[in-house]
Amino acid sequence: MPLRIPQSLYSDLRAHGEETYPHECCGILLGKSDTETLTVHQLIRAGNTRTDSAHNRYHIAPQELIAAQRQARKSGLDIVGFYHSHPDHPAQWSSTDFAEAHWFGCAYVITSVDGDKTKGAAQITNSFLLTGTSEDDKAFLPQRIEFDSPASN
Amino acid sequence: MNIHIPTPLRTYTDKQETVSVDGATVAEGLAALTAAFPAMHQHLFTAEGKLRSFVNVYLNDDDVRYLPAKEDSPVASTDELTIIPSIAGGTPGIPCRLPGCCR
Ligand SMILES: [Zn+2]
Repeated sequence: MPLRIPQSLYSDLRAHGEETYPHECCGILLGKSDTETLTVHQLIRAGNTRTDSAHNRYHIAPQELIAAQRQARKSGLDIVGFYHSHPDHPAQWSSTDFAEAHWFGCAYVITSVDGDKTKGAAQITNSFLLTGTSEDDKAFLPQRIEFDSPASN
Repeated sequence: MNIHIPTPLRTYTDKQETVSVDGATVAEGLAALTAAFPAMHQHLFTAEGKLRSFVNVYLNDDDVRYLPAKEDSPVASTDELTIIPSIAGGTPGIPCRLPGCCR
């Protein structure tokens, strides 16, 4: 199941990672999912609440998630995924990412941002679909990213 | 009260985003929800019957864990409960090279 995203939003989430470098950025993807595709229509930047070690940890406050869910409901959309950056680290999920992933059927988008600790440039962006139904059978599956013209809503 | 269901758990509520239940407390509302949708139970609660650590339940804008009466907090019919799994992660094992950043 591919992730479809307008090119403009894709550029936005990569730019977010460059802006917060050397810290991690994170955000929420609103859109629609059916049996074939996850489609992103909106992107919500989240404040990374893990300020104690923001370069290698991210956490989205539940209040922000609730606000995002409310916004999604108003727009006839759903939360379909999340994104975060890996400063100076490959665009692959970490064991912590996996242990703390609980949104089954949602996309987890990771962008590697390489730099010199003062300025970074977005490198690779990968998306992983969290499959399974519970903590016991969950798995991250690499997911193709397809580009779309801007969403019409 | 209305209970808002997050995307991954709508599999167990016939795709409904919002479920309306009766109950005088948060616990009663959750019990009514799992009575209506039994498959939901194991995704919210541990075998010991405690809310799973990564499942957040909010009464309007308040985290139920931090309310004085916790899950026994009273709920009015106009109140909204929101179930929201946590979102977190990171890149552990990378030595910190930023002074004062990592503890
Ligand atoms: Zn990560």
